[in-house]
Amino acid sequence: MIYLEIFISFIQIGLFSFGGGYAALPLIEVQVLEVHNWLTMGEFADLLTISQMTPGPIAINAATFVGTKVAGLPGAVIATIGCVTPSFIIILTLSYFYFKYKNLSSIQGILKGLRPAVVSLIASAGLSILMLTIFKTEGTSLFNMKLSDINIIAIIMVAISVFILRRFKPDPIKVMIGTGVIGILIYGIF
Amino acid sequence: MEKNIKFYWKLFLSTFTLSAFTLGGGYVIVPLMRKKFVEELKWIDEEEMLNIVAISQSAPGMIAVNASIMTGYRLAGVLGAIIATFGTVLPPLIIITIIAKFYTAFKENRYINALLLGMRAGVAAVIIDVIIKMSRNVIKTKNSISIGIMIVALIASVILDINAALIIILCGVFGGFYYNIVKKAGEDQ
Repeated sequence: MIYLEIFISFIQIGLFSFGGGYAALPLIEVQVLEVHNWLTMGEFADLLTISQMTPGPIAINAATFVGTKVAGLPGAVIATIGCVTPSFIIILTLSYFYFKYKNLSSIQGILKGLRPAVVSLIASAGLSILMLTIFKTEGTSLFNMKLSDINIIAIIMVAISVFILRRFKPDPIKVMIGTGVIGILIYGIF
Repeated sequence: MEKNIKFYWKLFLSTFTLSAFTLGGGYVIVPLMRKKFVEELKWIDEEEMLNIVAISQSAPGMIAVNASIMTGYRLAGVLGAIIATFGTVLPPLIIITIIAKFYTAFKENRYINALLLGMRAGVAAVIIDVIIKMSRNVIKTKNSISIGIMIVALIASVILDINAALIIILCGVFGGFYYNIVKKAGEDQ
């Protein structure tokens, strides 16, 4: 039963991917390439490229991509449900206890310690995306950047967007669509 | 808050659009969620948003999905969680189903690449804007412990490249220890 196999595979991916994003990659690789021969290595590379270009968590993208390929649209839906089910159960349980006990002073202490760390984690993720945006080479780290790889247009676009966001407080999605359109004009046509 | 059809539709639509614009991985959805649920709709406050993100990060699964489930639950119980999950999962499901059919054409299309390259600049700007606001809020508390945790966590994540879940757990343990034991002992004296 192919649907059941897909479901069980993606439950495992959803259950064991701690830390999100690329932490799920090795698990997807094991399930899709080694346990089952659902994709070739080339297709797996394509999946990564597509995931980087499209919105959504990489595990959901993989679920949809593999599901579609192996068993069409029902396959995609079942793989996605499988991927989300563990999170759903675990997070609902955690939510129940969190909202019930969050006012206890001992829990408040823990949360007070966590919150500043979350701000830094978001900053860290933001920095990686900023690097990816302003350098032409992929995967540039803070320590081996080359000045010649700087994309001036991107820096100007980021700077103007930050200014507009802070000054006029528009819907961020409008800003993203705006820079997308400018991107087509600058990179696509000229 | 009144839980009518309009509310659930708004919850679905919010999570759907947020997910559709989460380019570049999990954490990108956090600034967008903050902007939508904290600033625009005022459904939850900033402190609660940060708690939700911390718990989402510490649990298995995708942070964007986890944060949506928890926000949905906070706003409207299990039904809210189901609707938020549905809204978050649907955009990648639709987009990848279409792309899976003709991905070579997609991958090599010049205009799509230009669009995505441009959008990345917008994503980076949105995150910078939110980080400025959030870090300013931490600094405003003038709590040296909070500011210290923020700086140490930043170094741990950016320079030392330590796993995010581990950073969260360590900071939680430290917070529990410091605020419940060290500080209480100080107050008792």
